[in-house]
Amino acid sequence: MAKVTMTVNGRAMSAEAEGRTLLSDFLRQGLGLTGTHVGCDTSQCGACTVHVDGLAVKSCSVLAMDVAGANVTTIEGMANADGSLSTLQQAFQDHHGLQCGFCTPGMVMSAAALLADTPKPTEAEVRHHLEGNICRCTGYHNIVKAVLAASGQDVGKVGIAAE
Amino acid sequence: MYDFEFVKPASLAEAVAAMGRDGAQALSGGMTLLPTMKQRLNQPDSLVSLNGLAELKGVSVAGGVLTIGAATTHATVAREAGAYPALAALAGQIGDPMVRNRGTIGGSLANNDPAACYPSAVLASGATVVTNQREIAADDYFQGLFSTALEEGEIITAVKFPIPDKAAYVKFAQPASRFALTGVFVAKGPAGVRVAVTGASEDGVFRWTEAEEALSANFAPSALDGLTVEADGMIGDLHGTPEYRAHLVKVITKRAVAAAG
Repeated sequence: MAKVTMTVNGRAMSAEAEGRTLLSDFLRQGLGLTGTHVGCDTSQCGACTVHVDGLAVKSCSVLAMDVAGANVTTIEGMANADGSLSTLQQAFQDHHGLQCGFCTPGMVMSAAALLADTPKPTEAEVRHHLEGNICRCTGYHNIVKAVLAASGQDVGKVGIAAE
Repeated sequence: MYDFEFVKPASLAEAVAAMGRDGAQALSGGMTLLPTMKQRLNQPDSLVSLNGLAELKGVSVAGGVLTIGAATTHATVAREAGAYPALAALAGQIGDPMVRNRGTIGGSLANNDPAACYPSAVLASGATVVTNQREIAADDYFQGLFSTALEEGEIITAVKFPIPDKAAYVKFAQPASRFALTGVFVAKGPAGVRVAVTGASEDGVFRWTEAEEALSANFAPSALDGLTVEADGMIGDLHGTPEYRAHLVKVITKRAVAAAG
């Protein structure tokens, strides 16, 4: 065991970790940040997506020690400073982009990474970008609507081209 | 996952020293290695992370050769390898965005998964795999399923791609894993045409030499009309029979030739 420190949601945070401790476990068990979900634990589902130095990664497939010192952003860091939902989070609520909510932290983190690079994505770009995030409830249309709405675009025709 | 000692060297020399110890295993992006360790299919005594080595990262072009540092991620190659568009396009189709932000070219080549994308580009381009000890020609590097010419403790440092006149990669993706059910990389350069197939054979990536001869005479999809691919030795699993994959090899090669123009 060794003490591992990283900047999480803007604050320096430390906890004990083993060599094998995954970033997802470090966040959830070491730091108590349970918003990051572990769905499949085999790097397929994307529920554990967080940002490491600005890049979206699957935290269940990254070793905590390998990102010691990095800047990590989790779903807990996505709300506005006053605690209200960010534009993207609010769009998920407004457009019913979640049902059970398990995949939602990963969806939000993945979508936020897309919008940081591509502020006005097309519907096809949103769907393609979310390839690594699996949702069992929504059928994806409302998630795509939420991401497009968060980028300030019309969502009236979402799903029509994809049918 | 069984525990291990985690080592993160700050230089290639330190990494080489750490890899010299018994039971040491190099860790790059970890997109394959860590899942296999979770399943307890792999149990190294120590993991030597190559992720802190700036000297192993980056994309550069000089004299018609594109050089990619071994620890360069797929996302970086997709973004920065514009001098070799077919290669950049291949990197942009690997896995999903999160996998591309973490997985590396060196890690993919060291693992040599029979359905990985990069081995086909390396073999079709006639690229050179550079290690801390030597330079290995692509034709000598791939030695079957998950097997390579790498010696114990040897670390890939870079890959050098001669940029061809025309090239394309077409992948028929397995929709859940996004690995290639069959993928074909076609490259036409001064030395002729090279065709490398991934995802299809039980021996991993291979060159389809009959197609290379036909395409060297006439670089058009129709040049392949008279050729057949034997199902013998092709992978058979729940996603496709050996016959299906053999059929795909020809179809996808035609598409790749058409895409290369």
